[in-house]
Amino acid sequence: MVIEYGSYECPFCAKADALLDDAPVQRLFRHFPVDSKHPRATTLAQAAEAAALQGRFWEMHDSLMTDQSHLDDPHLWRRCEQLGIDLDRFESDRRSAEVAERVKRDFRSGIRAGVATTPTLFLDGVQYPGVPNAALLERLG
Amino acid sequence: MPIIEAGTAAPDFTLSDQDGNDVALSDLEGQTSVLVFYPLDFSPTCTDQLNVYQEVLGELGDQGARLYGISVDSAFAHKAFQDHLGITFPLLADFEPKGEVAKAYGVYIDERGHSQRALVMIGPELEVTWSYQAPTPLEIPGANLIFDALDERQAA
Repeated sequence: MVIEYGSYECPFCAKADALLDDAPVQRLFRHFPVDSKHPRATTLAQAAEAAALQGRFWEMHDSLMTDQSHLDDPHLWRRCEQLGIDLDRFESDRRSAEVAERVKRDFRSGIRAGVATTPTLFLDGVQYPGVPNAALLERLG
Repeated sequence: MPIIEAGTAAPDFTLSDQDGNDVALSDLEGQTSVLVFYPLDFSPTCTDQLNVYQEVLGELGDQGARLYGISVDSAFAHKAFQDHLGITFPLLADFEPKGEVAKAYGVYIDERGHSQRALVMIGPELEVTWSYQAPTPLEIPGANLIFDALDERQAA
């Protein structure tokens, strides 16, 4: 299993994500929003977690990662429509304390694990900062 | 000269911050400070490092620690870099004589003309309480190292 720390506003994460999409490996995604670099990062992580409460985490995740040029609120609503997510519930969930805590928990776990850039992957407990290279992808395959 | 070790008196310095105000070692008396030596303003790796530290600045502050970035860039470059990153902790200019403070702390790379990526914790009595140098300037020391050092300080 590979653990990926990333953020939806980070283009290198989108690239890493696309590479991992093709790897036959179980994936665990953890949010690592760095708002001073990516101002929408926390908001977007909370949107993905709100979608998760309706069983649509990976759908929202893929939707955000594959189109990082439409990340404003109206774009999020349109994504909800496309993914069959109840918008009223989504809007209240993504601002909830529970969802905020969930994202913070991921971020704190990343800090504790020594994550200092996005994306950062962990495989067998070893940290691999940056977009995965060919050698790493080979091991995942 | 290797990086300065815990238990040593912190070498004295007076450097300009990004706004042209002098910051001296004596200003750090009575607090726990972390000097964040990094190679250069606007280089991609430094950018990530300082952004991540910015995100945990509040938590570090809660534990009584204050951060100071240091590189060989000028105060004007630091000001632009700080604005660019949206970070709020001071950046000190080890500019003239170039790298003098990095040299005093044992983290200057002569052949490159900038410092290693290194962290030096200075206690309230201006003694070095912990230091860490990244294996290469391309590797970023995670903020976990600072938290661990603070935990050890509290346990001691």
